[in-house]
Amino acid sequence: MIEFKNVSKRYEGGFEALRNVNMQLGEGEMAFLTGHSGAGKSTLLKIISLIEKPTRGQALLNRINLKTVSKHRVPYIRRNIGIIFQDHQLLFDRSIFDNVALPLTIQGFRYQEIAKRTRAALDKVGLLHKEKALPITLSGGEQQRVGIARAVVHKPMLLLADEPTGNLDPALSREIMQIFIDFHQVGVSVLVASHDLSLIDELQKPVLTLNAGQMTHNGLQPIAAYES
Amino acid sequence: MVMATSKTRRDRPAANRLAAYFLHHLHSLVFSLGKIYKAPSTTIMTIAVIGITLSLPSGFYLFLKNIETMSGDLNSSTQITLYLDLNVSEKTAIKLSKTLSSTEHIQETQFISRDNALQAFRLSSGFGKSIDTLSSNPLPHTIIVIPNSNSDRFEIKNLLNRLQLQPEVKIAKLDTEWLERLFTILEIAKRAVGIITLLFAFAVLLIIGNTIRLDIQNRAQEIIVTKLIGATNAFIRRPFLYGGLWYGLFGGILSWLIVELGYLAISGPLERLNLLYQAEFNIITFSLQDFVILITSSTLLGLTGSWVTVAKHLKQIEPT
Repeated sequence: MIEFKNVSKRYEGGFEALRNVNMQLGEGEMAFLTGHSGAGKSTLLKIISLIEKPTRGQALLNRINLKTVSKHRVPYIRRNIGIIFQDHQLLFDRSIFDNVALPLTIQGFRYQEIAKRTRAALDKVGLLHKEKALPITLSGGEQQRVGIARAVVHKPMLLLADEPTGNLDPALSREIMQIFIDFHQVGVSVLVASHDLSLIDELQKPVLTLNAGQMTHNGLQPIAAYES
Repeated sequence: MVMATSKTRRDRPAANRLAAYFLHHLHSLVFSLGKIYKAPSTTIMTIAVIGITLSLPSGFYLFLKNIETMSGDLNSSTQITLYLDLNVSEKTAIKLSKTLSSTEHIQETQFISRDNALQAFRLSSGFGKSIDTLSSNPLPHTIIVIPNSNSDRFEIKNLLNRLQLQPEVKIAKLDTEWLERLFTILEIAKRAVGIITLLFAFAVLLIIGNTIRLDIQNRAQEIIVTKLIGATNAFIRRPFLYGGLWYGLFGGILSWLIVELGYLAISGPLERLNLLYQAEFNIITFSLQDFVILITSSTLLGLTGSWVTVAKHLKQIEPT
């Protein structure tokens, strides 16, 4: 699913956010990405979601080289990823239903299909009864669950989450992580960036640790193992 | 690479996809209308500015159109007076009058013999006795030429020149030289309205552009999120374009209303003027064609203004 080979990212001004990072997340695998702030977690996620391009090395998403993707194709590749933001990034001027339906609207689905899938996604995060509500009326945990519903409604192959529990209390955090595990169990690849180490320990999933742009711990199988 | 989403897209019949495409267009059209409805104060102000701006050139246009019709009525009463040479006999003069009446561009002619003219003059001028002292009649035979009612002023001018060249004619005089001047002034005014229209159309482009630019800036975060979800630029552009379209459409309708109300306001004094002059100055308001042109062009202005702005500003908003 995701493959990084000697990926480095140097920002304008010389700051090197990633240094020779190697990793591979196979189809249906789940992993946590940890590290201090500034260690390169966000940069790694940005490269996968085509916000940034690697300076050196090869970053592949489903065997597509992310460095050479043309601007025109970017939206279509992003449709294979579901992104969950720390601050959930809901659109406050429309209902929960419309928020969750957005990826399907973008992809030009028919209304009946949109309604069916949106309700299914809302049901999965336990918020079907709130479909007509506005995001502002929801609690932080509920808003994050709406964010997750929006990220999974179009059945992406990969879920990316950037500090999804950053603003939540431990109980809610656990609940949110459980939702990710549920998706992983039905075959979706999941990569969650988080610094909630105690929670990560509890969940017993492979961990990738970044430190000053270098991967100091790789709990996933190394690339060589896949190739042989 | 086989993408799950694109696969399902491909599986759907083309007709359905087309229907979904149009449905989406309809949806963003209605959605952008809804946004206008939800933020009435700012949009009403924008629409008011556009309406007032457009009402100036369209009001001028209507004013000119009225003056033109009025002068057109005057034009139909245009006549050319031919004063013949004193030594032309009455017989020759009548013959000329008859020949002319069947000439191109001439509707009819009227012959006034020098004796009749003198008689009329004697009656109307009050110089009866002094005229009697004259040894001979100083007045020439006169032919009044009435041009075809549909001839324009160039044709009339040509006719005048041709008549002037007739050997029997001493002086050919167009009675409406002041009308000529009015036409020239109207020509200048028309150009002025053209310039004003261009300037104000440009102003409308700027107003709409600025409104849409602010709208884009206010929605920068939303644009970023939709881009990350996989929206194409065309998808993001659409509601803004339709927003501009609505601004233009409503602005056009408002300008039409303003002008119509303005003319309603001056219709009272105009009636009195009609009474005073016993004239029939029928005021003309927008024809259906004018209305369609006004609304179409204001809508197109709205669309163009937003298109230019969206093309320029949407590129600058990318997720970081």
